[in-house]
Amino acid sequence: MPVKLSFTLNGRPVSAEVEPTMALLELLRERFDLTGAKLGCGEGECGACAVLLDEEAVLGCLTPAFAVDGRTVRTVEGLSSSEGLSALQQAFVSEGAIQCGFCTPGMEIAAASLLRQEPRPTPEQIRRGLEGNLCRCTGYVAMIEAVEAVNDD
Amino acid sequence: MTTETRWIGARVPKLDAPAKATGQVRYLSDLSLPGMLHGKIRRSDRPHARIVTIDIGQALAVPGVHAVLTARDIDNVAFGHGNDNNAFKNDIVRCIRDEIAAVAAETEEAAERACRAIQVTYEDLPAIFDPREALQPGAPVLYAEHPDNRPFTYSYGHGSIEQGEAESAFVVDNEFELTWVNHCCMGVSAILASFDAEGRLTLHSQTQVPFLYRRDMAAIVGMDPADIRVIQPTIGGAFGSKLDIYPFEPIAVHLARATRRPVRIVFSRQEEFRASPTRQPAIVTLRTGCDRQGRLTFRDAHVLLDNGGHTSWGATIPFVMMQTVSSLYRVPHVRFACDVVYTNNPYSGSFRGYGNLQATFAVEQQVDMLAERCGLDPLEIRRLNAQHSGEETGQGLVFSTCGLKDCLDSVARQSDWAQARSNREAGAKLRRGVGVAGLLHVGGGAKIYRSDGCGSILSIDDFGKATLVTGSSDIGQGSETVLAQIVAEVLGIDIARVRVINDDTDVKPWDVGVHASRTSYVAGNSALMAARQARDKLLGAAARSFQVPLEELSLRDGSVMRGSERLTALDRLVRSLHFSERAELLVTQAYFEPASVKQDSEFRGNVSPTYAFAAQVAEVEVELDTGVVRVVRVSAAHDVGKVLNALGLEGQIEGGIVMGMGYALSEELKIVQGMVLNPSFRDYHIPTAPEVPEIRVEFIETLDPTGPFGAKGVGEAPAICLAAAIANAVYHATGVRFTRLPLTPERVLEGLIAAGLVADLGASPCQA
Ligand code: FES
Ligand code: FES
Repeated sequence: MPVKLSFTLNGRPVSAEVEPTMALLELLRERFDLTGAKLGCGEGECGACAVLLDEEAVLGCLTPAFAVDGRTVRTVEGLSSSEGLSALQQAFVSEGAIQCGFCTPGMEIAAASLLRQEPRPTPEQIRRGLEGNLCRCTGYVAMIEAVEAVNDD
Repeated sequence: MTTETRWIGARVPKLDAPAKATGQVRYLSDLSLPGMLHGKIRRSDRPHARIVTIDIGQALAVPGVHAVLTARDIDNVAFGHGNDNNAFKNDIVRCIRDEIAAVAAETEEAAERACRAIQVTYEDLPAIFDPREALQPGAPVLYAEHPDNRPFTYSYGHGSIEQGEAESAFVVDNEFELTWVNHCCMGVSAILASFDAEGRLTLHSQTQVPFLYRRDMAAIVGMDPADIRVIQPTIGGAFGSKLDIYPFEPIAVHLARATRRPVRIVFSRQEEFRASPTRQPAIVTLRTGCDRQGRLTFRDAHVLLDNGGHTSWGATIPFVMMQTVSSLYRVPHVRFACDVVYTNNPYSGSFRGYGNLQATFAVEQQVDMLAERCGLDPLEIRRLNAQHSGEETGQGLVFSTCGLKDCLDSVARQSDWAQARSNREAGAKLRRGVGVAGLLHVGGGAKIYRSDGCGSILSIDDFGKATLVTGSSDIGQGSETVLAQIVAEVLGIDIARVRVINDDTDVKPWDVGVHASRTSYVAGNSALMAARQARDKLLGAAARSFQVPLEELSLRDGSVMRGSERLTALDRLVRSLHFSERAELLVTQAYFEPASVKQDSEFRGNVSPTYAFAAQVAEVEVELDTGVVRVVRVSAAHDVGKVLNALGLEGQIEGGIVMGMGYALSEELKIVQGMVLNPSFRDYHIPTAPEVPEIRVEFIETLDPTGPFGAKGVGEAPAICLAAAIANAVYHATGVRFTRLPLTPERVLEGLIAAGLVADLGASPCQA
């Protein structure tokens, strides 16, 4: 039985009809063409699919689509505004935290979620905040510095 | 050389970073075309078997299925470095990743369902999983053409091992064992194939070698290479894994041809672990000698490479392994032999470092063993044997510049070596250790084809914007940005005014591909040549129209300058050429061919125009009662020739170090009876943010005379020697030598128990 849902997506009200088995990631990528969040494993192990649900990071591959009914979803596409990149995104760019970039959307979501809970995280908190997100290119160093740079501002 | 530069050496963020930061960039798995179908592959679940029957009836009946193909439906051309692979396996499967059939369907789910519905019956054949056993007489044979299971052998030598032995005061002799490692690109393998109305093929592909790919693909699918266009969308990591054509790629073409619809294949992560190439497992038997003063006398190496069931470019890694054996430090007498052996294990491919991680793990541990035997500090013995700039090695590698000694000095300083070496105890249950390793790697490509060159086309438009069309490819490492820096530097314009196009074979000129740490050097030199020609044209035109001597002119801040006087803006000058009677466009082209040579049949010759060197020091803690090894700090010094982009370089080095740490400590595909037992990130552990050590990096600038602005390639180097440094540090901490990777807690604990450092609480057999 398809489920009807309405939710706020990157600041705008939207609605959709989904199968109960559909994952949030699929809903965002296939129905709304928001391909920023990535399918890296589909098993909750890499964090590439992370999005903000009521401003807290969740894994899009494990969260059922119907769970967002009446709630607020923000994807990496919704982090920037018409004025341009967010401070966090700008820090990722200027600290060199992006190489192939495949992990970047998930990392930024994890970092945004962390910064909301903990506006001045210690390097240790940043490392733990990014623990669920895998990156094969950067060695994480520049990402940790990027998140630190945001809280320096 | 202290000419001031505006862009070269600066910390320049990657040009594509904003698009990546905002999620705008589309990777292959984000792309779709109208009418596109989804392809899925049915693979073998037996490591060695004859296919008796394949029944596709039920698969065809699945709603949404457009085609089901097997070997019978296509002209199944053999391909691969050993010419022993096919899109679909004809009658025999030789490993569990082998492709038997494929489906194209309207949804991924339908394709998956249909794949499962294909009925295959097999007759099992005797299988072989240990390369040592594969060489025994009477072992099961994989290919009748190779009754000894040995498709390739390599042998190289210089000097005389007998003489080397005679000159030795100390000799060490060990066997090292290295295992399968997955690339773990965060973007999985994928391809999108589509034909146009006239039968021309467009491939959206992750290939690292688009031009060779076009040629090989054409032969495999029976087309004219000129009818194949390769587009390279942004890629989610490669690290060498996309150097070969793998069967899923021609399969996508066959499916697209059969259905007359675009077909996209995207692997699942499980499939990526099971069916994408790995780093080669190797058994390295090495003997090294030195005289009483610690001068190396000889190295004698034998390598057994498990080729798996088919041959990829990975089978050529002995080329690189032998360079480290022959030429990392001065070694007068060297022998290197390698057997590449078929087994029914999954097969390997090329992976950042290309055999050098395996070779360096062995070579650099033995350097430490010899240091101990002759009473030298590990850094001292390396300094004693390190080459100088200008030296040629026994194998004929010419080190135009060699910063190895400077690298060793730098890591000694950065790590406070003497202090760290004397401080091992950290409590009853914890030991500290510090270890070093060095490395040698090609730094400007490797001439394995007739040409190792790269083409560039540079144009400057009427608005002063420069577009560089380069043959080279960007796989996330940032070459696009480095090339733009070079153009901006020479033309004296802002980097925001440079656009680099590198992703379409219909547009870009020839290049061998991105491998062998060649892009900064080869594509960089090519871009530099094209940019200098453009500069000369511009300055010549300005000299003519302003009637001033050419020597007094330069380009700066988007203008033509005479000393500090601004004569005209660049765009104006271009327009004046364009609209003048000369009617000249500002377009230049260049082809750069490095001055390296193809090695002779005995593997002698200067295969790369320049070489990268580095030293890395690892500081570790070993928990005695758990066997957990923690890397606390890594100090690295890399001879990069000249820093082109400090930000990009740091990122490459940090990323390589963490990749090397994963290789050392945790990464291992568990393969038993040809089956991959841990095909997920849960069971295959790559490093995460909390495990990252403190990393210190220093660049050594040796200004290579032929590099662009003096630069060398360093893409692969950072991953190569850390495992050896960590193993040396663990030895320093515990006195136990580990010759197998990875250094998992279980393995380390077993070694500690065997050495009597820890009481044996269980009854597990002990083996280091
Ligand atoms: S795709 Fe969701 S965690 Fe990997
Ligand atoms: S930048 Fe490539 S995976 Fe993180």
